[in-house]
Amino acid sequence: MDYGTAGTALATGLLFGFVLEQAGFGSPCKLTAQFRLTDWSVFKVMFSAIIVAAIGILLLQANNTFGAQGFYVAETYLWGTVLGAVLIGAGFAIGGYCPGTSVVGLGSGRIDGLVFMLGMVIGVWAFAGVYDSDFIQAAVNGAQVSARTVPELLGVSPWLVVAAMLLVLAGGFFAGRALEQRSHGVYTAEDITEGRAPDESDELGRDLGREASAARRTDTD
Amino acid sequence: MSCQVRPLWPPFIAGIVLGLVVLLTFVLVGNGMGSSGAFARVATEVGLQVAPEATRENAYLGGMAQGNPLAAWIVIAAIGTLIGAILAAVSSGRFRVKVDRGSGRIGVAPRLLLALGGGLLAGFGSRLAAGCTSGVGLSNTAMLGVAGFVFLIVFFVVGILISLLMRRVW
Repeated sequence: MDYGTAGTALATGLLFGFVLEQAGFGSPCKLTAQFRLTDWSVFKVMFSAIIVAAIGILLLQANNTFGAQGFYVAETYLWGTVLGAVLIGAGFAIGGYCPGTSVVGLGSGRIDGLVFMLGMVIGVWAFAGVYDSDFIQAAVNGAQVSARTVPELLGVSPWLVVAAMLLVLAGGFFAGRALEQRSHGVYTAEDITEGRAPDESDELGRDLGREASAARRTDTD
Repeated sequence: MSCQVRPLWPPFIAGIVLGLVVLLTFVLVGNGMGSSGAFARVATEVGLQVAPEATRENAYLGGMAQGNPLAAWIVIAAIGTLIGAILAAVSSGRFRVKVDRGSGRIGVAPRLLLALGGGLLAGFGSRLAAGCTSGVGLSNTAMLGVAGFVFLIVFFVVGILISLLMRRVW
């Protein structure tokens, strides 16, 4: 690998990790709160990122700018994708991270992020150990979807798919706002840094408020 | 180091910047950002050190064992991700060396066991799906790929269901 390629890897990886940490995605509490439906940051960040990137890619593809028509999109082996997503979703709920965010967790000082990374290496070995089995071979090579992209598969314009995704984002935004208000609310930077739940800080805030009002009463008495 | 903890970026700001980073990766490299592939490379490299013959003969690891597994683009990108996260956490006063025990209702050892087990499932799953939340969920979906949409739907549904069993932890 030449220095230029290594440079793009380092630079884009660095930006990736920087943004994810700034979004609070080094915190397993904040990440898994999406699955408890109490903090919708993961949905909002991921979905808006996907839409921004998708629009950018479609615009570049229109004139093949930067060779955008050749950007890589993998073919889909349905069972491999579904089973993999099941295990990654379960691993996320149990361990608190996905592969990328465990690196971000470690970068913010979390030892459990490093242990999750160690678990992943063991998971790869386990996969390699059973790779030849009929079951794994059927999963990774079987049920190949005829088209690589959703617009191809459905025979619709890619812009229609982007429009549908914008609707889902808007729906998620309003559903998320309602559910966030019903629960203890989103994790702030202080919550994830000091390791407390948002409701704890609210209670603390209410306590401080009571103390302040008690103090005011004492003053006026 | 400043003790001041700076606020997180608002989700939509972070999302727009993240989308631009993914777009930049496509422009510079021709494919999107991935994470889990780096762990497959590290697993191969460790295998080559510990059990070289078994690793080279393994049908899955053998291909990656040709050349230097750690010289792959995706490994450098993962190191970049780590450095970027450190820069963000330190500059925002959010860097703390700790075991994040969530709500604090479980001890350090159970938390680390859960992290190890979760990582194991994610490592295995990422090889089945040929990618993870970054490579398939984010990058493939940005290309409007079928795999990305299937992945995200299943990932969220399963995550919500399993999370019901994990209330004590978080």
